[in-house]
Amino acid sequence: MAPLLQVENLTIRFPRAEPVRNLSFEAGEGETLAIVGESGSGKSLTALALMRLLPRGAQIASGRIAFDGRDLIKLDARGMRHLRGRDIGMIFQEPMNSLNPVMTIGRQIGEVLRVHERLTGRAARARAIELLELVRIPAAEKRVDDYPHQLSGGMRQRVMIAMAVACKPKLLIADEPTTALDVTIQAQVLDLLDTLRCELRMAVVLITHDLGVVAQWADKVVVMYAGRKVEEALPGDLFDNPLHPYTRGLLAASPRLKNDFHYRDGALSEIPGSIVSAGGETGCPFRPRCAEARASCGHHMPPLTVPAPERLVACPFTVPVEAMPHAAAFSL
Amino acid sequence: MSTTDIATLRGVATDRQVEAAEQPAPPTPAEAPSWSNMRAPDARSQQSAAVSVTNGRRALKVFLSNPNALFGTGFLAFVILIALIAPVIYPGDPLSMVGRPFLWPGQNPAFPLGTDSLGRDVLAGIVHGARISLFVGLVATALSLTFGVVLGAVAGYFGGRIDDLLVRLIEIFQTPPSFVLLVVLVAIARPSATTVTLAIAIISWPTVARLTRAEFRAIREKDFVVAARSLGYGHRRIIFSEILPNALPPIIVTSSVMVATAILMESALSFMGLGDPNVVSWGSMIGTGRELVRTAWYLTALPGLAIVVTVLALNLIGDGLNDALNPRFSQEG
Repeated sequence: MAPLLQVENLTIRFPRAEPVRNLSFEAGEGETLAIVGESGSGKSLTALALMRLLPRGAQIASGRIAFDGRDLIKLDARGMRHLRGRDIGMIFQEPMNSLNPVMTIGRQIGEVLRVHERLTGRAARARAIELLELVRIPAAEKRVDDYPHQLSGGMRQRVMIAMAVACKPKLLIADEPTTALDVTIQAQVLDLLDTLRCELRMAVVLITHDLGVVAQWADKVVVMYAGRKVEEALPGDLFDNPLHPYTRGLLAASPRLKNDFHYRDGALSEIPGSIVSAGGETGCPFRPRCAEARASCGHHMPPLTVPAPERLVACPFTVPVEAMPHAAAFSL
Repeated sequence: MSTTDIATLRGVATDRQVEAAEQPAPPTPAEAPSWSNMRAPDARSQQSAAVSVTNGRRALKVFLSNPNALFGTGFLAFVILIALIAPVIYPGDPLSMVGRPFLWPGQNPAFPLGTDSLGRDVLAGIVHGARISLFVGLVATALSLTFGVVLGAVAGYFGGRIDDLLVRLIEIFQTPPSFVLLVVLVAIARPSATTVTLAIAIISWPTVARLTRAEFRAIREKDFVVAARSLGYGHRRIIFSEILPNALPPIIVTSSVMVATAILMESALSFMGLGDPNVVSWGSMIGTGRELVRTAWYLTALPGLAIVVTVLALNLIGDGLNDALNPRFSQEG
């Protein structure tokens, strides 16, 4: 059986740039796929492209987004509207601004049900309360008449989640769902997402720049750099043995509890430079910042190779997996 | 990064999933008190703007605690009441001659505000004039609001070519001086309460359209609109039930002032003799009393006073609404 979501060679084009190029990934039913990368790597655009909600000027130049047997790129506006909110849910980064400030949360949740499930009045309200309970909002019956500004950030994100899963979607796209929340609430929200994923058998595309989140919640990881997939792996493999220099840099730049190293002891390592503009580059986009760059890196984008089962990497100069001393792929 | 690290984390995750699968009913939120008072760092700043626009009950409180606004509302209610009961307290045509001409106010208890040069009762004229003034003011505003809000919303929401086209259309109406356009429109059509109302609506909708368009352009970029699209809502639903309620406060404020402006325009037209000749209006009363302003100034002053106080009341309401609905001016913001 084909996986629920299959993205093939997705290219997003602005008039003068291609922020996402030839991106492919897939996510099966009940699976969490994490897309990681720093700001500007095209993660959010990818998420919006899946929903066909790209901002003005951007368009999907080529590729295929197969969802549940249909190609979303070929779907007309009406068919797409029908799918959004019902088969595909989405959660945004900013719970502060993602809810309509002049409507009670109960009405906002009810609206989704009215549109997609033709529930009315009391039934919609009852279901809204159920959904608020599902996302663990205490005293849901009282809270249902609250306005968004009466809720804390974490609660608002829960309401967003309730709206996104109101129609039991098959796919949930979470675009940095916890970036605007503080750490304790982050864990609760991710935990909730994970529980819902199990209960509703949803596929989740989790977009994040937080490697801790990836380690804990993802089933599969895609690392993006400048709009391209540079590495794909199971999280265990990725953390034990990162292959692409960029992934190694990312991992080296994050502090870890079990390691002896703490940022009190010295500066964390960093990747020099900043993400280059995505337009009109030949060769490996990471080349200017890569410690291992060679002359040949400038000629063409290295193709994705399969160094080990369930792994993909777009760098020819990675140490072969077998030859790599275990757990010493990089040192801090 | 050691293997155990990941293994532990994934182990934790699996355990938790098993747990979750075993007890399908969500556990009661014991964590409630621990996080309900925590906020994201930017919650406070984000909140202040939202609170003042959104909370209708609070806005009503601010409005009702404003003495000027209360006075305005009270007086307007009084005028509306007078207009409604005019046929009861002054049955018959207010344009018919009922007494001796040039009775000054107070001279004859039957005509408390006196009579004009033809012996028509001034008070009856003012009372009946309230009907036409309010009718024109309210209906013209309602028409231009409907038209202006729909066109402005469409232009602002869709942008692009539709926006260009509608903006050009608005500019066509805004280029000639609006009162000249009004006079031309009324002169072409035969003056009647209906044509005057329509003409006033035609010259005032561009203001509403521009305002609505500006609001929609700002609001359509907000995250909650993208979120609404991600939920599969159609354009009509997004325009009318997601964006419009957020764009309403400035439109409501403007509309109260528009009613006042429409009343003034109707009076000005009637004063120039372009009003409906078959009904009495405040403007036409001033118009007919104009030549006698030196001998019988009360003929212009009394209907003038009615206009001034009614327009003032509407402006006070507008200010009160502005204080209550506009976040920038609210004190608690």
